[in-house]
Amino acid sequence: MAQRRTAWTRLTTPFANIPASTATTLALAMWVVVIGGWALLSYGRVVPNMFLPTPGTVLQTTYRMSLDGSLFYHTLTSAKVVILGFIVSSLISVPLGLWMGTYRVVQAPLEPLVNFIRYLPVTSFVPLFILWIGIGIEQRIAVIFFGTFFQQLVMISDCARGVSRDLVNASYTLGTKRSEAVWHVIFPAALPAILDTLRVTMGWAWTYLVVAELVAASSGLGYISLKAMRGFQVDVIFMAIAAIGLLGLITDTAFRLVRARVAPWAP
Amino acid sequence: MTETIKAKNLAGTASTTGDPRPTGTTMAIEDVTLRYGDANGVLALDDVSLGVARNEFCVIVGPSGCGKSSLLYLAAGLNDATSGSIKVDGREVIEPGPDRGMVFQSYTLFPWLTVRANIEYGPRRKGLPAGQRKQIVDQYLDEVGLAPFADHYPAQLSGGMKQRVAIARALANDPAVLLMDEPFGALDSQTRGTMQKLLLRVWERQQKTVLFVTHDIDEALVLGDRVLVMTARPGKIKAEIKVEIPRPRSMDVILEPEFIALKRRILGLLHDEIDEDH
Repeated sequence: MAQRRTAWTRLTTPFANIPASTATTLALAMWVVVIGGWALLSYGRVVPNMFLPTPGTVLQTTYRMSLDGSLFYHTLTSAKVVILGFIVSSLISVPLGLWMGTYRVVQAPLEPLVNFIRYLPVTSFVPLFILWIGIGIEQRIAVIFFGTFFQQLVMISDCARGVSRDLVNASYTLGTKRSEAVWHVIFPAALPAILDTLRVTMGWAWTYLVVAELVAASSGLGYISLKAMRGFQVDVIFMAIAAIGLLGLITDTAFRLVRARVAPWAP
Repeated sequence: MTETIKAKNLAGTASTTGDPRPTGTTMAIEDVTLRYGDANGVLALDDVSLGVARNEFCVIVGPSGCGKSSLLYLAAGLNDATSGSIKVDGREVIEPGPDRGMVFQSYTLFPWLTVRANIEYGPRRKGLPAGQRKQIVDQYLDEVGLAPFADHYPAQLSGGMKQRVAIARALANDPAVLLMDEPFGALDSQTRGTMQKLLLRVWERQQKTVLFVTHDIDEALVLGDRVLVMTARPGKIKAEIKVEIPRPRSMDVILEPEFIALKRRILGLLHDEIDEDH
C-alpha cells in the first residue's frame, strides 16, 4: 500500500505502530506535564510549600544529602533489603513453582495453602516478625520475602502450566525421559514468562520497602521518609519517593536487558 | 492392558481375515481398543489391527474425529490403549521412546533452540559425541534444504520451514518408525505440495518406515505404498488399498487414470462414512 494514510489515522489505528521518535516525544511530554504541573502548584503557592515542596527545594535537598553521603547510605541499605529479600524469594519460588505447575501431586497440597496466605496483608505479619526475628535487617528482608514469595509461586506455577503439551510430547518422542522434561523442556519453554514474572514481582518488592522500614529500622529510604514526616520535611519525603521510583525503573530496565539476553528467541 | 491380552499376543494369534499385515513387520498394532473415561465412555477406536512393513510408507486416511490421530498417539506411547497391544520390532510399546519419532500437526519445535540445535536435540539426548552430532545435523539440514537457516530460531521461520525442521529433527534420531500426524494440515495448499515432494524425496533416499495420518485423499495416494481407510467413530480399519503407482512419483500422478480410480474408490468409502454420520 502506498503512503495514503494520514499521520492522524496511523496514530489512531488500534495496535498500529507509531514512529520511535513520536513515542519518545510523547514520553518526554508526559514528564514535562507532570513536573510542570508540580512546579506550577508549588511555585504558584496554590498548595502551601509545607505540604508540597518546590522542585528546586527537592533538588537542593538531594544535592545536600548526596554531598554528605547520607542519600547513598540510605539508598544502599534499602536496595540491600529489597534485593536480598527478592533473591531469597526467587531462589525458592522458581524451582518450587516449576514443580507446582508440572506435577499435580505438588500442586494439590500447596495451592490451597498458598492462596490462603497470599491474600493476607503483609503489614499484619510485621509484629509477628519482630517478635520472632527481632529488629535487624533480617526482619525487613522477611517482610519483602513474605510480600513477594507467595505471589511469585502462584504466577511461576502458571508459567509452567502454560507450556504446550505437544512440546513435551515431542520431546518424549525424541528420547527425553519423564524425569528430564522439567529441566529440558518446561523450564526453557517457560523461561521468558518466568523472567516477566520476576520483573513484575520485583516492582512489588519495592512497594513493600516502606512497610518493611516502618518499624524498628534505623536507616533506609522508608526510614528517612518517616523521620522527615515528623519534622515536616516534605522535600526529603519527595526525594525518597523519587529515589525509590528511580531504583525501580533501573531494576526494571535491568530485567528487560537480562530477558533480551537469555531469551533472545522470545517476542 | 491385561495379562490375557499379552499372553494372546505372545501366542501370535493375530490372523483374522482381511488383516492388513504384511510380512517383515516393523510395527504391529493388534486388536487395539481405546475408550475414553469409564466403561460407558466414548469408544474412539474399536479393535484396530494393522502392521507396517519395514521401509513401507503406510497412510491412514479417515474422516475427522475417527480416531486416526489417537491411534498415532497410542503408537508413540503418549497415551495408553484400553486393550490390545502395539509392538515395534517385537518390543511392546509401554511409553514414548526415540525409536518412534513423531511429527505433529501443531508446530512443536523448541522455540528456545536454533534450527541446528533443534535437529541436534535427539542425538544429544542419546549422548552421541559432538563430531557425530554435527555430521548428522549437517546431513539433515541439507536433506530438507535449510542449511542457510541453521542459526535461525523457529519464530523466524514460515510454517512450511518449521515442519521441514520437525521432519529433519525426527529423522536425525534414526527412529525405527516415523509417525506423522497430519504434518502438513496447517499449511496452505501450495506449500503442502512442496512438502509432499520433499518428504517423498527424503523418504526415497533414507528408506524409513512411515505411518502417516491424513484426511487428504490426494496426499494419501501421492505418498503411500498402502492406504488404510478408517471408519467414522468408533474408528475401525474399513479397507486396505495398495497404491501401485511406480516411484519415484511426481506431483503429476494425481492426473493419472490409475490415481483417479483409486481416489474415486476411497471417496466412495469415506462418503458412506460421512453419510452414516449425519
